[in-house]
Amino acid sequence: MAVTTPDGSTVHTSLGQGWGRSFDMKWVIIGLCIVVVAWLALIPLGFLIWQSFASTSTAQVPAVFTLENYATAFGTTDSLGLMFNSLKFAFGTAAFALVLGTFFAWVNERTNTPFKSLFFAMSIVPLIIPGILFTVSWIMLASPQIGIFNQIFRDWFGLTTPLFNIYSLTGMIWVDGLHYAPIAFLLVTAAFRSMDPSLEESALMSGASVVQVAFKITLKLAWPAILAAFLILFVRGIESFEVPALLGLPVGLRVYTSAIYDAVHSYPSDIGLASAYAMALLLVTSLGIYYQSRLSSQGSRFSTVTGKGFRPRVSDIGRWRYATAGIFILYCIFVVALPFLVLFWASLQKYYAAPSWAALHNLSFAAYGKVLAYPGFYGVVWNSAKLAIGGATVVMLLTSVICWITIKTKIPGRWVLDMLASLPLVFPGIVLGLSLMIFYLNFDIGIYGTLWIMLMAYVIKFLPYGMRYNSTSMIQIHKELEESAAMSGASWFTIFRRIVLPLLKPGLMAGWIYIIVVSVRELSSSILLYSPGNEVISIMIWEFWQNGQYIELSAFGVMMITALFCFLMVVQTLSKRFGVKDV
Amino acid sequence: MLSVENLSTTYQAPGAKPVLAASNINFSVPTGRLFTLLGPSGCGKTTTLRSIAGLERPSKGVIKAHDTVVYSSAGNIFVAPNHRQFGMVFQSYAIWPHMTVFQNAAFPLQVQKKRLSSKDIRDKVMKVLAAVSLDHVEEREATRLSGGQQQRLALARALVMEPRLLLLDEPLSNLDAKLRDKMRFELKKMQRELGLTTIYVTHDQSEALALSHEIAVMNEGKIVQIGSPRDIYERPANTFVADFIGTTNFVEGVVRGGADDRLVVDTRIGQLNVNAQPGISVGANVSLSIRPEDVHLSDTAPAPSSNSLFVGTVRAKVFLGECQDFKIDVNETQLLARAHPSVRTLVGEQIHIAIDPEKCTLLAA
Repeated sequence: MAVTTPDGSTVHTSLGQGWGRSFDMKWVIIGLCIVVVAWLALIPLGFLIWQSFASTSTAQVPAVFTLENYATAFGTTDSLGLMFNSLKFAFGTAAFALVLGTFFAWVNERTNTPFKSLFFAMSIVPLIIPGILFTVSWIMLASPQIGIFNQIFRDWFGLTTPLFNIYSLTGMIWVDGLHYAPIAFLLVTAAFRSMDPSLEESALMSGASVVQVAFKITLKLAWPAILAAFLILFVRGIESFEVPALLGLPVGLRVYTSAIYDAVHSYPSDIGLASAYAMALLLVTSLGIYYQSRLSSQGSRFSTVTGKGFRPRVSDIGRWRYATAGIFILYCIFVVALPFLVLFWASLQKYYAAPSWAALHNLSFAAYGKVLAYPGFYGVVWNSAKLAIGGATVVMLLTSVICWITIKTKIPGRWVLDMLASLPLVFPGIVLGLSLMIFYLNFDIGIYGTLWIMLMAYVIKFLPYGMRYNSTSMIQIHKELEESAAMSGASWFTIFRRIVLPLLKPGLMAGWIYIIVVSVRELSSSILLYSPGNEVISIMIWEFWQNGQYIELSAFGVMMITALFCFLMVVQTLSKRFGVKDV
Repeated sequence: MLSVENLSTTYQAPGAKPVLAASNINFSVPTGRLFTLLGPSGCGKTTTLRSIAGLERPSKGVIKAHDTVVYSSAGNIFVAPNHRQFGMVFQSYAIWPHMTVFQNAAFPLQVQKKRLSSKDIRDKVMKVLAAVSLDHVEEREATRLSGGQQQRLALARALVMEPRLLLLDEPLSNLDAKLRDKMRFELKKMQRELGLTTIYVTHDQSEALALSHEIAVMNEGKIVQIGSPRDIYERPANTFVADFIGTTNFVEGVVRGGADDRLVVDTRIGQLNVNAQPGISVGANVSLSIRPEDVHLSDTAPAPSSNSLFVGTVRAKVFLGECQDFKIDVNETQLLARAHPSVRTLVGEQIHIAIDPEKCTLLAA
């Protein structure tokens, strides 16, 4: 596809010398982006596959080909239990989150429940309360030993055995499901909105009740989207690291992600076994993502669900609306109020104690001072900021070129590029961390143990997000806007810089902000890649937890949640003014 | 001037057979002329225009602009669109929404190879904005212009670079009817004054007839007729052109005989006198095109002349104010006619028909 670009008026004599002059900024940049994406997406995967077939090498014995890792990973009753646990946990989490999310979506879109403006505000909660803090706060609420709920029941009702045990499969599903429900809410809401309201109205006119319409029409029509949402949540569940690590590991309840962490952190660390577990995990996530994308592309065949945005009329559900509002408020209490308050309470203590009159006299802000004076605190925050901003910038710029190629050109094989950039979707964070760790330990280019390897992990992990934000904006750019710039005499680079990027800005900025926020909370990749001196915020919280410094952890958590909340508020205010899409 | 020789462009949809969107296109446009590519959607007119622009890469042929080869399959030459210096107005106008009116119009000057001082740019842009009467809104955001203003801005942007060739892709199709008439007039005036060689693409035959020096009618990727607007309208080369350019009656027949420069054709409505044409002899199967406005109707029998005369029955009529449309059965064949409002014959009654031999166009079958 090289294009000769002889300049100006001497064109007609340029017979045959065209190829020699085909050097063009365009091809350099495009080529570079392709190479980078291929490198980022394929290296970890390829190396992981290779590693899972290799025996553990020592100084004396080099690695050899073996199937032993797989035998250990799949062939024992222990490993079967592991797989079973992982599937149960992911399935439970997805189902619980989906039921909650679908219910809230229906309530918000189709009924006259009060407080509706709060529903969308709720959907940013998982963004501002990182998984590790949410999990810790639920330990403080419902652990058998220190959980406030159990203490209340013991003190007030004289129960001798703890009523709630968060260290269980149910507890894990409860915590993760609550945390993922807003994602389900957003996914199902989108499906409900793209549905032609006349389909439901005609059912209503036929005499169906509101609930009948919901179950027989709304849910049935949205079924492919709901199923796709389930698969997304399932993959999220099986990739989840914080909850299994904090709630499952202490009682020996292991899933794949926590088993990988265990294998790496045991002594001597068993990289081969971890790789085999990682392969099993990859297999599950790949299947999930594959069927989800199949479902999504099939969705277009449901002619009833169009891409148009509809705002159907809402049904009056009478007094039931207080019940639906009540459920929502209860959910808010479980997901925001209690976790935040318990962290806040803990942060005001000197030694951790459950809320009581006695403890009320010991309140102080000492923990905050302690955290701020903690050695390396500012370095940690600075590391997180560098990684978040650097990663977000690299991802958004890289994917803007990739999206341009996949959407605006007809280069053969561009779907490969699209696939490569979306490939990291199947990588659970811990698997990504593992494969990068192994690869750059063996292939030493001096980035192992530095911030660079973490930057690389973040870029890989968030490539698909960048693709999603950029492609929705890119599709909306009419191709004639670029063509008219070309006809005006602009080169590719000029067109990209002066026409495409400015027009992409809404999606570009939204994606940039989103990636910054999720980078700050990233734990599952970082946990295998950080080294002393390179900690980031989420690692610091993790270390506080491992060291039993609950007070410091709480103070740090409260500060982090407050900072993220303020950041998002400022961004939302600014973005309204500058026309940035909602994050 | 522009010349296009043996141009073919294929589209390769993924997983499908390549489609020949334009095949073997030949035409040339003298300097200062407005040349129109006319045809229904999917006929290849836009593909041809985009091949000239360089936005599509043709598969075969030569494109020359002012003796500069911009594309040649044999010479392996393909000048990128940004080096062709052709101004183009797009169907959607492609006004960049993130720039002001001035910034839109100044863009071609800012990106061109020859660096201009910002004062020179300002002078040139303001001059061209004044020419399209947009100089009073130069600081306005481009998205806040009306449709007609956007169209003029797109034109200004194409003109500011002093293009060697102006390409217009259905520039009026997004405007409402009234504005379209006005802009058509302005476009014609501006093109004639500037003397810019222009290629115009449209599917609207009245637009083509009104604007062009020359028209190429396209169908299924090929040019089916090239000629002046009058040529195309009065002497369509085949049934497709006649049908596309306007409503017409097609009458099939066999040439029976002739005298001097006249032929007599036996048709289902009776014998028709037509002007003789070289290459058509007695016994040939022919098709005649007679436009409704050339079917003369009268309440009483007209005086004998060289016109072919028939009597028919009025099946339906529609009063349109300045004229009336008739559907008339003549020997069980239906003719469409457009007549003066003074014709009074009622539906179901007999009416007299006269057809001038000059107005019967013999079509190649």
